This record gives sequence, C-alpha cells and structure tokens, in this order.
Amino acid sequence: MSVAHTGGACAVCYRAVARDRIPSMNVVVCVKQIPDPADPGSLDPQTKTLKRDGKLILDESDSYGVEMALQLVDTAGGGEVTLVSMAPNNEVSGLRTALAMGAAKAVLVSDDALAGTDALGTAKVLAKAIERAGDADLILAATESSDGYTGTVPEQIAELLNLPSVTFAKEIAIDGSTAKIQRQTEAGYDDVESPLPALVSVTAGVVEPRYPSFKGIMAAKSKPVDEVTLGDLGIDAGSVGWAGGGQEIVEVTAAEEREAGTIVEDDGEGFNKIVDYLAELKVI
Amino acid sequence: MPHASDAGLRSSVVDVISFTDEHEMFRTTVREVVQKEIDPHADAWEAAGVFPAHELFATLGQLGLLGLEYDPRWGGAGADHIYTMILGEEIGRSASLGIAMAIAVQTDMATPALHDFGSDELRERYLRPAIAGQHVTAIAVSEPDAGSDVAGLRTRAVRDGDEWVINGAKMWITNGTQADWLCLLCRTSDEGGYQGMSQIIVPTDTVGFSVSRKLDKLGMRASDTAELAFDGVRVPVTNTIGEVGRGFQQQMAQFQNERMIAAYQMVGAVEFALERTIGYVNERRAFGAPLVANQSIQYELADIAAELDVLRHHNWAAVAAYQQGDDITRHATVAKLRAARLARRMADTAVQFHGGMGYVEETWTARFYRDSRLWSIGGGADEVMLRTIAKMNGIGTD
Repeated sequence: MSVAHTGGACAVCYRAVARDRIPSMNVVVCVKQIPDPADPGSLDPQTKTLKRDGKLILDESDSYGVEMALQLVDTAGGGEVTLVSMAPNNEVSGLRTALAMGAAKAVLVSDDALAGTDALGTAKVLAKAIERAGDADLILAATESSDGYTGTVPEQIAELLNLPSVTFAKEIAIDGSTAKIQRQTEAGYDDVESPLPALVSVTAGVVEPRYPSFKGIMAAKSKPVDEVTLGDLGIDAGSVGWAGGGQEIVEVTAAEEREAGTIVEDDGEGFNKIVDYLAELKVI
Repeated sequence: MPHASDAGLRSSVVDVISFTDEHEMFRTTVREVVQKEIDPHADAWEAAGVFPAHELFATLGQLGLLGLEYDPRWGGAGADHIYTMILGEEIGRSASLGIAMAIAVQTDMATPALHDFGSDELRERYLRPAIAGQHVTAIAVSEPDAGSDVAGLRTRAVRDGDEWVINGAKMWITNGTQADWLCLLCRTSDEGGYQGMSQIIVPTDTVGFSVSRKLDKLGMRASDTAELAFDGVRVPVTNTIGEVGRGFQQQMAQFQNERMIAAYQMVGAVEFALERTIGYVNERRAFGAPLVANQSIQYELADIAAELDVLRHHNWAAVAAYQQGDDITRHATVAKLRAARLARRMADTAVQFHGGMGYVEETWTARFYRDSRLWSIGGGADEVMLRTIAKMNGIGTD
C-alpha cells in the first residue's frame, strides 16, 4: 500500500498493514437506531417503509457488537470504540445509549436525501462514515437489524472497504494482527482466522450487554457525535435514497398468523405422543 | 424510550420538574436491571425467605443506583431527586416488592442521616461501602413495644468512657439478618419522650449483637426481616451520627425519605399491576365476551388509573418541593398514605378480576396482594399518617 504505517489500518484502502501486535484496539461498531419495538410501528402508505420520524432507540441487535467491542478494547488495554450510524432527523437517542455503555464517540449521518435508501446505499454511506471515524483495527456490525433488514449490509460494507469479512461471530479474540473468530453454524461453530482490519458481524445474544450506569449516562451527554451530511462524506445524493435505490417496494402484505400449537394431553403416556410428533417433524 | 403511561401528564408539570433524556435512559437501565437481575430470581428468593443482598447490591452499586443523590466525595452520584423517584418507580415494578423494599432501605431509609449528619470519618467508613453495595444496611428504630410510636422506644445506650454500651431489642428490621451495620435509634439520656435519643452506627459483628429470630411474615417474604438483640454492645461514641440527643429529629427527617420512596414505588407497582390486569380482562372471556366488556370492570380500572394519575402528580409536586429545599413532611405523609391505600385497592381488584387464577401462587396477583399490604403498616402506619395530617389541619384535641 502506498501509505506507510507502523500498525493499524491503511486509511486509504483499509487493507491490513502488517504489524506484530496491537497495543490498543480501535473498534468501529455500526449501529442502527430504530423505532421502539415496544410501541406498535406503522408503515408509510406511500413509500411502504417503516415510519421513523419519532424517537429512536438503539437496536438491541447492535448492543451485542457494542459490548463485544468494549470487551476487546478492555482486553487490549487501550483504544476506543467509535459508533457509526445513519438516521433521520439527526436522531441521537440510540447512540447516546451506546455511548453510555462506554463507546467514546460517534459519527452520525443524517440527510433528507437518505430517505428510501436500500441496503447497498446504506453500505455506501456507512463505509464512508467508517473512513471518517478514523483508524479502525476492527469493524463490527450485527448480522441483521431488528426492524427492516436484508442481512447483507455488513458484507457490502466490507466489499466497499476492500476488507475481509467474517459473519455470524459468537466470539472474537485478537492475536497480534489476526482476529480469531468462532463463527456460529447450525451444528456448532467454525474456527476462523482473519487478518486485521476486518469487518465481522456479530450474532445476537453471544455476550451480555452491560447496563448503562448512572455515570455512563451522564458521561454520554458530553461525548462527541460528529453529525455529517452526504455532502460532508462526498457522496452524491443521487446515488442513495429513493433516487439511487436499485429496488422498489411493490407490495406489503401482513405475515400469516401463526397456527395454534398442538396440545398433548398426558394420560401417563404423553411422552410417546411427543416423541411421535417430533419424529413426524423429522426433528429426531 | 417512552415507558410510562404518564406521557400525557408531563407537559402540565413541565415548569415544576423537568424530565431529560438522561432521566429516561436511567429509567431504561433500572427497568432492565429489575427484569434481568431481580425478576428471574423472585420465586426462588420468595421460597427461601431471603435474597442474596450482598450479591444484588454489589451489582446495583456498580451501576451507581445506591447513592444517587449522595455527594460524589463518598462515592455518590450527585444526582437530582427525580432520579430517586425514577429508581423508586422502577423497582416498584419488580416481581417482588420485598426486594424493592430492601433496596429502598439501603438507599433511602438507613443511609440518609449518615450522609446528611455523619462525620467524615463515619461516612468514609460506612457510607462509601454502602453506596458501592459492599455493605448491606438496615434501619433499626422499631421495637417490640414501640413501632410507629417512636417516643416509646426503650433501647438504651449508656456512655462508658469513649464508648456507648447498648442494651435492648429492635423489631421488624428489614435486611436484619444480612446487614453489615445498623443505623440505630436509641435513648442516650433519661429525658424521655422525643428527647434524648441518638442515632448510632452499630456494626453487626460487634460482640453482644445478635439476630434473635427471622420473622415469618404474611408478605414481603423474599426480604428478610428480623428481631435484633443488643446485650452490652460496645461501639465508639464517635459512631454517633450528628449530635448526641438529636437522634429523633434526624430520624424524622430520614422518615420523609422513607415515605417518599415508598410512594414512588407504589406508583410503579400500581402502574404495572394495572397494565397486567387490563391485559388479563381483555384476554379472558366469560359469557361470550371479554371480561372488559363489563362496564363495572371498566369503571373500577379507570378509577384506579385516575387515582394513579393523582398520586403521580402529587409525587411530582413532592419532588419539586424537595428540590427547592422545602419541608416535605406534608407531601411525604399524604403521599405515603394515599400510595399505600391505592396499592391495597389495586391488589384487591387484581385478585378479584383474575378470579380463581388470581388466588393461586402461579399468578403474580397472589404475591402482589401479600406484599402490597405492608405499606399501610411499615414506614409509619396509615393511622400515623392520618394522625400527622389531623394535627397539621388542626383536627382533634392535641
């Protein structure tokens, strides 16, 4: 690469720069701020997308990545966690929660032209935001968000930044300039190694996100949130949003209602019925 | 995150107290802590008749929940009183009001006097670890023959050189079997009545102190309550909180904190009970329609909702008065009285509207019915609240 480094990532191309060890970890976490799932959401009848004009909260899916990042920084003994997010109306409520957990700072992209942005457009914006966030050793994201999702954004970001990508991580350990990752599979997990920097998507539920403490909540008030527009990131507004989207939402239909479960009355031999039922499902 | 059914009320008190995003985030933290650290264990702790106070308090202490308004010099958070109200409301939503009460003893019943009147040495030695959750604390005022009638207490400390020698007994002591130290109110002179009392810190590992028995209560069963014995217990005179002889006055101030945290808890408790009862009467069908189709059920629950609004508003007024440094005796007394009575009404209604399901242990209503009953007795019985209000209003012959 054309930029000389003694360690860390190349700010130009995001390829790994060889080094013996990482004395500190700078981790960027992609976080999404979503409408509170506890409140009934609604779709915009015109755009057929989820309304996001109210107060947003940190997507729970992302709290695992934030926690994992904080633990990696703690283990390294130095460095910091930076958040990147894209949200309407310069909404920062969800970011403040992650800052209260311990993240150091955030980059927030907010621009009216982003309405209707599809997955690839989101990846373009977040990739630029990650570059703006600075020298990252590792970038984490959730495998998918909780509100509207495709589950493809992390890999698209990795491609745009020319980084190795590992999905479904349940555990990450840093060894020198290598990330050792347990990648969750249906049967268990695979051990995967990746050079750093890399983009890793984290499976929900693999760590216990810490509670924002009182001190953390107070400290979050004054942590820097770099609020930027598409122009600040050098992104053409026509390449994102409805204008740049490669998709159109043609129709939205309600999900089928779940069918009632099967009740097994136990007459002393109920276990046999359960075994038969599971065999019928080919589970056993 | 919008949590409360109080959203519509807030705008009308915006000039009285102001809720910030940080208050809301704090509410979320406390709610999650309750849901993850308390609720999953409530059944087991209820069955055991005790909960691991040191373990739970350490978690709460690390999050800064046990010394919200206390001076950061002693490890406190230096927060405003709204945070205390939020803490109370959210622990009131827990599956065990016994645990909520035990936490409130630590935060608002056993430690305020030490914070406000104690020497620096005492605060360093006893307040700091209590705020951190390393020490479990208890408030020791009531006695077998003197509960709400504090003037009747007989436990006595006699000075012997630089030490107090304490003899007597204390009753109904929450956290009593686990406490590391007590905030003891006892007689230190022969003046009698409300005179000549002092507050003294008594470490429970002091020779002569013992737990006479753990009490088997109707409710609040997850929280340990004890009778304590003092048989020649010697502690340094420097363990006196504030002035010798001013214990009653200091305790009266501490009681205001106790009564307000009880009222804050009942807002959360009633709110959550109401939400769950409304959910049940919407789901449960009888005679071809949901229970909620009955106007009598609608009106009873609506009336409780209205009472809850009034209590919540009153609490906000109390918070505002407290923050302005006003005497909140009347606020606290009225709040405690109305909160306890509303909780009893809510509990009775919840059991009734759940029918047979409301009367069994597998439904939350049974424990709620038992637990909520305490608050018309503990922290000053309803009758003591009424007596205080009667005096303030010039009703009666005193």
